[in-house]
Amino acid sequence: MTGLKVERLGFSYGAKRALENVSFDVEQGAFCALLGPNGAGKSTLFALLTRLFTTREGRLTVMGHDIARAPRQALARIGVVFQQSTLDLDLSVRRNLRYFAALHGLAGREAETRIEAALERMAMRERADELARDLNGGHRRRTEIARALVHRPAVLLLDEPTVGLDAEARRAITAHVHDLCASDGLTALWATHLTDEVWPDDRLVILHNGRVLADGTAREIAGQEGLTERFLNLTGAPV
Amino acid sequence: MRALLTALWAIVAREALRFSRQRSRFVSALVRPLVWLVVFAAGFRAALGLSIIPPYQTYITYETYIVPGLCGMILLFNGMQSSLSLVYDREMGSMRLLLTSPLPRWWLLFSKILAGTAVSVLQCYAFLGIAAAMGITMPLMGYVYVLPALILGGVMLGALGVALSSFISQMENFAGVMNFVIFPTFFMSTALYPLWRMAESSVLLRDICAFNPFSHTVELIRFALYEQFNGMALLWTMLAGMIFLGLALWGYDPGRGLMRRRG
Repeated sequence: MTGLKVERLGFSYGAKRALENVSFDVEQGAFCALLGPNGAGKSTLFALLTRLFTTREGRLTVMGHDIARAPRQALARIGVVFQQSTLDLDLSVRRNLRYFAALHGLAGREAETRIEAALERMAMRERADELARDLNGGHRRRTEIARALVHRPAVLLLDEPTVGLDAEARRAITAHVHDLCASDGLTALWATHLTDEVWPDDRLVILHNGRVLADGTAREIAGQEGLTERFLNLTGAPV
Repeated sequence: MRALLTALWAIVAREALRFSRQRSRFVSALVRPLVWLVVFAAGFRAALGLSIIPPYQTYITYETYIVPGLCGMILLFNGMQSSLSLVYDREMGSMRLLLTSPLPRWWLLFSKILAGTAVSVLQCYAFLGIAAAMGITMPLMGYVYVLPALILGGVMLGALGVALSSFISQMENFAGVMNFVIFPTFFMSTALYPLWRMAESSVLLRDICAFNPFSHTVELIRFALYEQFNGMALLWTMLAGMIFLGLALWGYDPGRGLMRRRG
């Protein structure tokens, strides 16, 4: 089954075209990297996928639910980690997750069970009672991913989740999400402008100036050149 | 239904927690009307004579007259404070968490408004308590009857705040809200002077005051505090509340409002 399907998507900010005829799909359980330089349209695509914006051009489907026609069903299957942190710094890790669970209508024992499982999954149980403010960047990101897993989504959207993290934390988070796809069958769409976050067997979509320039596995797209060189040649962007 | 109530409770609890950590916000919200009650009212008591108008059945002091208006002031300032916190939430990104929930967006925004109203109502009761300690008392049951009036007024003004927040692009623009919304709304109302007083200086001003929904909220509170019902004030407040709620929903509609235009 297709976890995420983007068909002929277009979007403009006034006269400025942000996305032009973007199409790709991601199989269930796959890790798909959405690679593009700054201003490629990645965040706009994420805003459309999370229904912060809507468009009349094209179609977005999450686990078979059309976002325009069945937004609530589609949103219920999505977990999101935004580029900008959305943690309440004055709440503990656990209370952040509890608040999020409630926004999905989850409370009581069921919510607690899911919160514990999500914390365990991201190795954050020991820090559950610490204030979000006291966590380092890597642990804040892990908390956000754990939070995005509480309602057991089928599709995880991560918009440049490693921004501001050191190399070790970046590698750990990237590995965690790959692991989630492999072990839990989660579909992940990972937006980034860093080629070292893309693994050779990952599905890869290269976005530039609102258009899809390449779509396939990272290994195929990289070819003999290597992914960084290939990406630079395609986009002319510094990596 | 359970999911909706779960989300409502979480949003209210979060607002209450945030509020409990901001003691200065509670104190400043109380100081503002108390300064008016103690300083302004004392200064104007002699200048502003009041005749007997409903719901009063006897001559009252100016301090007594402005208590309902000052309750309205608490609701108005808190409603606008909520709008400021929404702009802050949006700039900080936490608004996204709310807007990407699968629950109906109107319910989430309404829950936000109710959460702000709950805080406002607590402040109003604290203010009424201090006023009572100063000897400005209302009929006992008036303190009970005023509760629905405060909630309705709080929701109406909270909805206005949410609607405004969707049109304010940055925190810096909030000063404009102070100048163009809060002050005219408060001063061109029956909070500080009755309509007939206003008519003495300008009929146009009187008409603006009579049109101002905030005047009707103040009158709803005033009548309720004196165990009386003001149908027109209720109707006007509800109508304005529905319009503001509609505007708030429109502002946060992903397909039409400013969220999209701002990009």
